[in-house]
Amino acid sequence: MSRTTTTTRAEYCVIACADAWRDNGEVLASPMGLIPSIGARLAKRTFSPDLLLTDGEAMLVGLDGTAEGWLPYRRHLTMVTGGRRHVMMGASQLDRFGNQNISCIGDWQQPARQLLGVRGAPVNTLNNPVSYWVPKHSRRVFVEKVDMISGVGYDSAAAAGPSATRYHRIPRVVTNLGVLDFATPDRAMRLASVHPGVTAGEVQAATGFPLALPDEVPYTREPTATELRLIRAVIDPDGLRDREVPPA
Amino acid sequence: MTDKTMTPEEVVSRLHSGMTLGIGGWGSRRKPMALVRALLRSDVTDLTVVSYGGPDVGLLAAAGRIRKLVAAFATLDSIPLEPHFRAARQRGAFELMEIDEAMFMWGLHAAANRLPFLPVRAGLGSDVLRVNPGLRTVTSPYEDGETLVAVPALRMDAALVHLNRADRLGNGQYLGPDPYFDDLFCEAADQAYLSCERLVDDFATAVPQTLLVNRHSVTGVVEAPHGAHFTSCVPDYGRDEAFQKLYATTPWPEFAERFLSGGEKTYQSAVQTWHEEQT
Repeated sequence: MSRTTTTTRAEYCVIACADAWRDNGEVLASPMGLIPSIGARLAKRTFSPDLLLTDGEAMLVGLDGTAEGWLPYRRHLTMVTGGRRHVMMGASQLDRFGNQNISCIGDWQQPARQLLGVRGAPVNTLNNPVSYWVPKHSRRVFVEKVDMISGVGYDSAAAAGPSATRYHRIPRVVTNLGVLDFATPDRAMRLASVHPGVTAGEVQAATGFPLALPDEVPYTREPTATELRLIRAVIDPDGLRDREVPPA
Repeated sequence: MTDKTMTPEEVVSRLHSGMTLGIGGWGSRRKPMALVRALLRSDVTDLTVVSYGGPDVGLLAAAGRIRKLVAAFATLDSIPLEPHFRAARQRGAFELMEIDEAMFMWGLHAAANRLPFLPVRAGLGSDVLRVNPGLRTVTSPYEDGETLVAVPALRMDAALVHLNRADRLGNGQYLGPDPYFDDLFCEAADQAYLSCERLVDDFATAVPQTLLVNRHSVTGVVEAPHGAHFTSCVPDYGRDEAFQKLYATTPWPEFAERFLSGGEKTYQSAVQTWHEEQT
């Protein structure tokens, strides 16, 4: 089968997001954004069937939307601190050690652009694995230093001491160009794979700091035939994924 | 027993400038909007507002009533960024204590339990500590010796919450899927005012777990049908998305003049008129 030519960029993103929840066991998958949501559902339908999902409100639900548990905000916050959760958050800014900003752009005292606020990023990052999803990889997002550390990066956690590092983990950052991780001795961001059709040079050019680069950057893996069918026919039949990440 | 029913105006007459005011609900969900609108009709100002912020924060910010905000965010949910909150922040209109959602929750728990603080594993390593230099850490007295953030109690002078049903004594029932933190807001405040969609005689047939707010933590009860509008109050009604969009896109003076210049009844009929104009 020659799927390489037909798999779209959005579908590579879905696969890369889904793989974030591989081998996670019985934890809550909290996807923020469309493609991470498709990825979480794909993971649950295939290699991570024990994942828990929410309806985006107060219920734990199965793949068909049937309720299986109650998870209002106060209990959701317990799930965060109890660690049985892997969230994939968005990021307005992200730096080389994985510090994330969703609070504001510019000086915090009087921001040039007020954004969401820190929300749950500080508690999420210290208590359960946090991955990130960036639909548009650019120098505006990938910055040398974030304006307001909302999600805690590896260097900040280390500086804050053992209570901060104890459960801190940033498994991966998925973007429209590739997958990044922190599998380097100093926990600096590394280009783990590029989506087919993308070069390492393009990713570096869209990143505002030097990335750690393996000698040869692999491609993001191909979806299996089953995965591709599930994405296209079952999980996202209307092709909404292509709106979040247009075909390259 | 004491009948605690009152009007929104009577509630506001008990509030004064400079108070610390907690507002229940979450984002653009089950906000005590009728009470907030009554507050906007008063001259109460210089408030410290404690809120999982939604349009309550936006309205009070646009009207210049906030001196200090304690929040982790302000959002309209389906419209991610609350425009009046943004504008106020970008002109440096008020002081902000920006803390994490979980820190906020533990601050409410501390206040409700009359504790000075509660330790949390949140805030460490983030700029929450940089922008709140008053926040302190605490060291575990046990073997682990961990250093955690000591979230100060978010004690409030008054709290405003909105639930689906209430009785005249101040017991409140929620019928939606999420209690948010409304019981904690009431318990963390010296006075709490509960507005409801409908007053009921008793809760004889109620599912016990829906009886979220108990009367000992409530000072006054207001019957305010559609009192959470335009935020959601499920299952009684969902969010009025069209009207919320209008709120988010209309210049503040224009919006305030058309919808907030009269009383609550005037507001509700102005909303109805606006909806009729759209069809």
